[in-house]
Amino acid sequence: MKKRIISMILSVAMTVSVFALSGCGSDSASGENGKLYVYNWGEYIDEEVIDEFEEETGIKVIYDTFESNEIMYAKLAQDSSAYDVVCPSDYMVQKLIQNDLIQELDFGSIPNSANIGAQYYESASDFDPGNKYAVPYCWGTVGILYNKTMVDDVVDSWDILWDEKYSGQILMQDSVRDAFMVSLLRNGYSMNTKNEDELRVATDDLIAQKPLVQAYVIDQVRDKMIGEEAALGVIYSGEAIYTARENPDLVYVVPKEGTNVWIDSWVITKGSKNVENAQKWIDFMCRGDIALRNFEYITYSTPNTVAQENIEDEDIKNSKVAFPDLSTFPTESYQYLGEDGDKLYNDSWMEVKSAD
Amino acid sequence: MKLFKNKKSAYLMSSPYIAWALIFIVVPLCMVIYYGLTDSHGAMTFSNIATIAKPGYLKALRRSVVLALASTLVCFILAYPLGMILSSMKLKRNTFLVTLFILPMWMNFLLRTLTWMTLLEGKGVINTVLEFLHLPTINIINTPSAIILGMVYNFLPFMILPIYNSLSRIDDNVINAARDLGANSLQTFLRITLPLSVPGIISGITMVFIPALTTFAISTMLGGSKILLIGNVIEQEFTQLYDWHLGSGLSIVLMIFILINMVVESIFDKQGGLS
Repeated sequence: MKKRIISMILSVAMTVSVFALSGCGSDSASGENGKLYVYNWGEYIDEEVIDEFEEETGIKVIYDTFESNEIMYAKLAQDSSAYDVVCPSDYMVQKLIQNDLIQELDFGSIPNSANIGAQYYESASDFDPGNKYAVPYCWGTVGILYNKTMVDDVVDSWDILWDEKYSGQILMQDSVRDAFMVSLLRNGYSMNTKNEDELRVATDDLIAQKPLVQAYVIDQVRDKMIGEEAALGVIYSGEAIYTARENPDLVYVVPKEGTNVWIDSWVITKGSKNVENAQKWIDFMCRGDIALRNFEYITYSTPNTVAQENIEDEDIKNSKVAFPDLSTFPTESYQYLGEDGDKLYNDSWMEVKSAD
Repeated sequence: MKLFKNKKSAYLMSSPYIAWALIFIVVPLCMVIYYGLTDSHGAMTFSNIATIAKPGYLKALRRSVVLALASTLVCFILAYPLGMILSSMKLKRNTFLVTLFILPMWMNFLLRTLTWMTLLEGKGVINTVLEFLHLPTINIINTPSAIILGMVYNFLPFMILPIYNSLSRIDDNVINAARDLGANSLQTFLRITLPLSVPGIISGITMVFIPALTTFAISTMLGGSKILLIGNVIEQEFTQLYDWHLGSGLSIVLMIFILINMVVESIFDKQGGLS
């Protein structure tokens, strides 16, 4: 419950920060070793870790959060020097590289980056060829979280989100790519399609689904599912452990049509004025004990092998939700679709959102 | 400007305000107009403004106007009788009551709207109480009704205060004279009180209609992002899609609506002043 109140306050703070111009925060006091501007997802870190970083390094951290990749991009595109270190997802890393908004990393200055498992670097090379720009921080899948007391059907397909039986009980993600991923996969298309006919079908499906949807939300899916406001919700796998802990009736499944496997990574902005501090930050985040503490707090799967080995709870260590066997269902990762692709998706999303 | 000895000191005194207005009003306005009339290559274009004619955008605008009108009407219906009650009260008690109405405004409006969200939820506070009393539950969260409720709740003080002000300024003697000359209550109200309070009504309507037309926070929180208003569209263009040109173009369209509203207001204001 405490976490719920915190998340409410945070979401207000986030909305307020939309009004505020970038950077007009508490940057008055500076640490003895300078400052570091960090831009991360909301509730995506154990806040005590930030304090510890400040104590150990003498660097003052100015920590801001965002709710979607798109919001983060809009801010960096406006001024890439506003932040030093950022945590975007796969396709957004690709977009940032292509638009020259982030810089190549000096891995020699980030020794702990070796703690990240080789297979994650390999996956990351899809969006970051040659692993030059990004160090993986968290990864996971997207699936359906459902309440087993409210749903009596077998949940194994995205189709259930179109079942009229659950009208008003469904929560969808309020972000372009995740919403279309569900609709495209359900129709057997690629989540990265640029085929206008396929996108047309997916758009019509989402419009048809709209009357059944209770709300389009992002972070609130978690609280609403715990509070039993809805029966089914599209959610990131990282929330599954936390939600099941808070409400044992909640079950997470990856539908048989497959899902998006995503990786969020640390990158350093092109305009960063504190590159050395940013390297120290990434190095700190890759430390086994720190990664473990973050994992235990946010419950998003860590790619850090040292942290993985040291998880005490055997159930979680062997959890198929936290560390799924990716060969058991079809997977794909988001690709950056270019400006025309973005426009196609955004226009379609606008059509869905403005439908009656 | 008798307050100042000469023009020079008047200018000097007003310079902070002029600087403020330049930096925070004129410059941003010019930027909006510049972005709204150019494309990403900096070439002059009207396509941003013309986008409003596209079905999705037009729908959002129409929905915004309808919801804003509805909430303005509800605000007016609630505020006018209240204004009359307040202005007819003895001074001490009514300042206390007026303060009561302003009091919620001391809290951040986002927090208050968020509170409505938790109140109205399917298993929220209101429904829990209703269920406990074995009464039928209400299910208006994520519907236009919830958005209107949020707008009315947030903007009601902006309607009450100007109406209360204009009503309390009406000289009692005018009303007594009307009664002396044989007008009944209804006639006094229709021919004296109502016309004299028109300026207050008009500024109240403006102060409710404009924020209601442009809001995006209320519709996001109480509409579950399902009901897209023009304010949400503009917000998305800026924060999610990074299309400042389109966002500014749509803002210009919205400004035109606000200008129309202000022209109507000034016409009524003049008439009110004359009578």
